[in-house]
Amino acid sequence: MMLSAAKALCARDLRLLWRRRGDALQPALFALLVVVLFALALGGEPQALAKVAPAVLWLAMLLAGLLALDTLFRGDAEDGSLEQWMLAPVPLSWLVLVRTAMHWLTTALPLLAATPLLAELLHLPRAQLPVLMVSLALGTPLLSLLGAVVAALTVGMRRSGILVALLALPLYVPVLVFGAGSVAAAAQGLDPWGALLLLGAGLAVALVLAPLAAAAAIRIALG
Amino acid sequence: MPPTDTSHPPLLAARGLRFARNEQPVFGPLDFAVDAGEALLVQGANGAGKTTLLRVLAGLLRADEGHIDVDGQPASPALRARAIAYLGHLPALKADLTALENLHFLCGLHGRRRGQLPGNALGIVGLSGYEDTLARQLSAGQKKRLSLARLWLAPAPLWLLDEPYANLDLEGINLVNRMVQAHLRDGGAALLTTHGAYAAPPVRTRMLQLERPA
Amino acid sequence: MNPVVRWFHQLGSPPYFDRFAARWAPVGYVLGALVMAFGIWAALFQVPADYQQGDSFRILYIHVPSAWMSMAVFALMAIYAAIALIWRIKLCEILAMACAPIGAAFTLITLATGSIWGKPMWGTWWDWDPRLTTELILLFLYLGVIGLYNAIDDRRAAARAAGLLAIVGVALLPVIHYSVTWWNSLHQGQTISLFGKSHMDPSMLPPLFAMIVGTKLWFIGSLLARARADNLRREAGKDWVARAAGLPARAASAGVPR
Repeated sequence: MMLSAAKALCARDLRLLWRRRGDALQPALFALLVVVLFALALGGEPQALAKVAPAVLWLAMLLAGLLALDTLFRGDAEDGSLEQWMLAPVPLSWLVLVRTAMHWLTTALPLLAATPLLAELLHLPRAQLPVLMVSLALGTPLLSLLGAVVAALTVGMRRSGILVALLALPLYVPVLVFGAGSVAAAAQGLDPWGALLLLGAGLAVALVLAPLAAAAAIRIALG
Repeated sequence: MPPTDTSHPPLLAARGLRFARNEQPVFGPLDFAVDAGEALLVQGANGAGKTTLLRVLAGLLRADEGHIDVDGQPASPALRARAIAYLGHLPALKADLTALENLHFLCGLHGRRRGQLPGNALGIVGLSGYEDTLARQLSAGQKKRLSLARLWLAPAPLWLLDEPYANLDLEGINLVNRMVQAHLRDGGAALLTTHGAYAAPPVRTRMLQLERPA
Repeated sequence: MNPVVRWFHQLGSPPYFDRFAARWAPVGYVLGALVMAFGIWAALFQVPADYQQGDSFRILYIHVPSAWMSMAVFALMAIYAAIALIWRIKLCEILAMACAPIGAAFTLITLATGSIWGKPMWGTWWDWDPRLTTELILLFLYLGVIGLYNAIDDRRAAARAAGLLAIVGVALLPVIHYSVTWWNSLHQGQTISLFGKSHMDPSMLPPLFAMIVGTKLWFIGSLLARARADNLRREAGKDWVARAAGLPARAASAGVPR
């Protein structure tokens, strides 16, 4: 039952993505814009950019993900699909997990694919790119899961844009710190794996707890 | 009409049900039951709490007081998921999916009644030929019919229908009544809300009048 | 039934809680003010100056109790929220939400006194000291809870949603603190800790104890006062509120139809 529901939800989301495939590029375009703006504000000098490149890239990903959070539950809340999920024979937390995973696939994966290009724009030293990619690969799902809890708390609210950001950003701090910090550690010649493993551990915990919290939040918000 | 089966517990039984929002009472206390093969018509003016009552019965809201029994046992999420199909104000249809794709997803989520297929269901509600039409392109009445098709495919015996006649023309109203009649004949039960009595199904129906509590 | 349990049940009744809070809030305020006044007097005039920092360390007597209260109130808020979510007890919803502004105020005081203390020590008003940075993020968590509570119309759903956020926040707070400490060590090496590893001489402790007790008493007074106000606001249409305010009880229908 849970597997068939997951398969149905995945198929649905992939179909929906295909019907609106133009929209899928928007997070990546936003991240690109953020990078451009940072480069312009900082003066475009390669040395200066290279020093801040990991932080700027992490921020661009984080902010793009934050904006994309709006589409996680909004569509399903507005047309009544979330209600039907609450009434389904499978746990709501399971559906939330599958939905968040699909959302990450459709919004963060293009971002990850664009990262090497964006890194080049900021003159990120080549040696730091692998660590950056691993930190993003571990960090963006974690951000999606934490964001899902916040999005669930505010589902059904009409003008929730800034509020979602204000609620989510304090929760994002550890992920940002360990993510960008791992690259900074590698740049200093230190071992980045401590921070990366912490991100991994956080991801493992969040995979279990975040859907439960988000499901509880949806029940509170819609009930 | 089939005789009442009194040896089985009612599909739905509510005792002392009360609900308040922001300290204002919405309805209550209510006592009623719906047996298999029976329809309960909940009537009341706008704001009398009909939708809230249905949402409480479906499990989307929690009543402040009272008990709800489904099929003789205290209502739990698992029990409700098996026994209840809810048709609310919002159609739960994705605008960018076709009629058939929407039905496929909802069947994957809720399960499918044995012997029924999404294609047949579309025919029953009068939407054959619209399988590959995006839900976005359907009219309000057609969207309602698509929701009814989803209802037809649901395996649950108890139907909770909130304003099932809304957005439907005369033919649509007859469709709802025919569906309810067939469902009751198969041993199901239905609870409907409506503004007026004009659209009552021609089956054994009990009435529940909701008034705004003083 | 056990008298303690019975008293807890009674407390859940809005009119009883109103009387209880009306009686004990002033006690909390007055006692708290007295104890804190003693503590501040002792901190300023009785305790000898620190051999390293001179007189500027005295702000510790406000900074440290505030910091501890800011954390303790957040934890208490999360506990109330958990009780409210699991057992659906309305009083705990009210208490949880009443904690938030008080805790936010303590956090602000911590940040302000920390900044003031830091100026002679660091030379600037702000240094990204791990503890103060965590306090800053804690302030954002508090503001988030308050903001979410105010953004939802249904008061009970609002309290439950904000309560869930508080629980998530309290679970993440140690992680946040650890991450900021790690980040600090990565980027800046060891900085002088504000209230460092040095043990406090016993002669310096009494005012600290006084301030710790005083802030807790003040917190109790403030919590009861705020909870009482929220309780009255929620119950505004009911007869007992009208009677308590000295107005004639309303006739049949209560409140504005929604």
